[in-house]
Amino acid sequence: MSSALLKIHNITMQFGGVTAIDSLSFSVKEGEIYGLIGPNGAGKTTIFNIITGNYQPTEGNVNFENEIITGTKPNIVVQKGIARTFQNIRLFKSMSVLDNILIGFHNQTHYTYLEAIFRLPRYFGHEKRIRAEAMAILDEFNLTKYANHKATDLSYGNQRKVEIARAVATKPSLLLLDEPAAGMNPIETADLSNIIHKIKRDFNLTILLIEHDMKFVNHMCDLVTVLDYGEKIFEGKPADAIVDEKVITAYLGDFTHA
Amino acid sequence: MKSLIIKVLLIAASLWLIWFLHNNLSSYRLSMIINIGIFAILALSYNLINGVAGQFSLEPNGFVAIGAYMTAIFIIPMDTKLDMYALTDPAPIILQMQANFPIALLAGGLASAFIAFMLSVPVFRVRGDYLAIVTLGFGFIIRIFAMNSPSYTNGAMGLNDIPDFADFRWVGSIVIITFMVMIHIIYSKYGRAMKALRDDEDAAIAMGVNTFKIKTFAFMTSAFFEGIGGGLLASFLTTITPDQFTFLLTFYLLIIIVLGGLGSMTGTLVAAIVIGFGLEELRFLDSEMVIFGFETDAHPGMRMVIFSVLLIITMLFARRGLFGDKELSEFFKRKQS
Repeated sequence: MSSALLKIHNITMQFGGVTAIDSLSFSVKEGEIYGLIGPNGAGKTTIFNIITGNYQPTEGNVNFENEIITGTKPNIVVQKGIARTFQNIRLFKSMSVLDNILIGFHNQTHYTYLEAIFRLPRYFGHEKRIRAEAMAILDEFNLTKYANHKATDLSYGNQRKVEIARAVATKPSLLLLDEPAAGMNPIETADLSNIIHKIKRDFNLTILLIEHDMKFVNHMCDLVTVLDYGEKIFEGKPADAIVDEKVITAYLGDFTHA
Repeated sequence: MKSLIIKVLLIAASLWLIWFLHNNLSSYRLSMIINIGIFAILALSYNLINGVAGQFSLEPNGFVAIGAYMTAIFIIPMDTKLDMYALTDPAPIILQMQANFPIALLAGGLASAFIAFMLSVPVFRVRGDYLAIVTLGFGFIIRIFAMNSPSYTNGAMGLNDIPDFADFRWVGSIVIITFMVMIHIIYSKYGRAMKALRDDEDAAIAMGVNTFKIKTFAFMTSAFFEGIGGGLLASFLTTITPDQFTFLLTFYLLIIIVLGGLGSMTGTLVAAIVIGFGLEELRFLDSEMVIFGFETDAHPGMRMVIFSVLLIITMLFARRGLFGDKELSEFFKRKQS
């Protein structure tokens, strides 16, 4: 339980002359829910993109399960056990909810292209298995009745859930959630936090999440790191973060000169 | 099990229909449906890369040309070749290439698929509009190559006296095979991945899909059947010249798949039939007509005007094509749930 699953070591990320992240380090232990918070533009999503291999950091490295994964292609990072959701929901719009989840099983479905074309036995075996597993995941999210609906026909809250379910389908050990509660009403948020706790327990997940809703963060996270202009200004328990002077200044502005 | 029985029955019925039509239609009607069948094969395969995988590419004329020339060279008898190559002597390898029709078709398909494999590395480095331009260039290159290598393709004079093996039994059976393969791909993890990368490529990558590999599969499969379709076309027309494989061919296929619905194979079949018949049956518009007692002169080309207007009207009412991106069977499923 105590070993660090993910270690961000001294990451610096520059876009042209802009330093988006400045020598940031933190580590997430197995089984934790870790929060990454900070004002808009603080570099939170950039960190996600570095972890998932979409960006190559200017300096530093990402260590996952005692292996350096910086420079690994995004689709390989998923296979190593890191799945993500996006800040703005990015479902496969023309596909059904079930098909969206099935994409998550892509690398766990072992039949070749020719086996699919000639409909050989392995095709049927694997399709049957992943369909059953996908329905089990939908059940976990209370989405079973929407399985055959088009993904974009669902409500905003349910689309969020489908996106998380799709990420869970890749069988990750670390789940990255980018503003999961954004745009949700308090009831939907409460429902979501219950589900996140539930999937964390049932699928044995470690979760790193970005969020603005401090109530949600306070309720969910074991530890938080607060970023401002790419620098870490606080690390510790969420309850301490909301009374920290630097954090308040970053969010609300500096009142000392007023 | 139930679906397997339905599938077998449908195939048997289609085969019976093909043989029935082959034995009972006039040669004019037969050549018309052979033409439709060949374009259905080409459009079905084009729809895989363009509609299902959503990679807007404009290269099928190139692959059709490769398949047509390969097949033609394989099935033209050796002494005919010696007479035909007028500009220069044929390259020795051209004379050695001899095979029966099915092998020749397969060779055409495999040659196209191989070229597609070679192309995929440079082509899929770009997305969207850029992809269209790069693939468009490839179509031009193939045609110019055919023009300027007389020892292989007989240059601008093209190849003629190609044996006419492509009857409706061949074409119809290959339509069925192509359709089955496409449907099997669509309802598999590969088809789902193709649709996913069409909807949102970055999200597909974030789900662990190797999108480059999936695009290459779609591209190669598409090229394979375009090559085979090209081979059938060569044998059906018995004459091929580089000028047949211009961008207009691609454009014609594009009309079929857009009308049928990008991503819908059943839609493509229907559109191929509608357009094929439409162009033939509207021929009376080109000649003199009597409209409300007034005699009009013949206006050659009027057929295309009316046809285009009909197409425009259809697209106004069915903006995503006749079938959208659904297969025929999915319309029935939707009603049940």
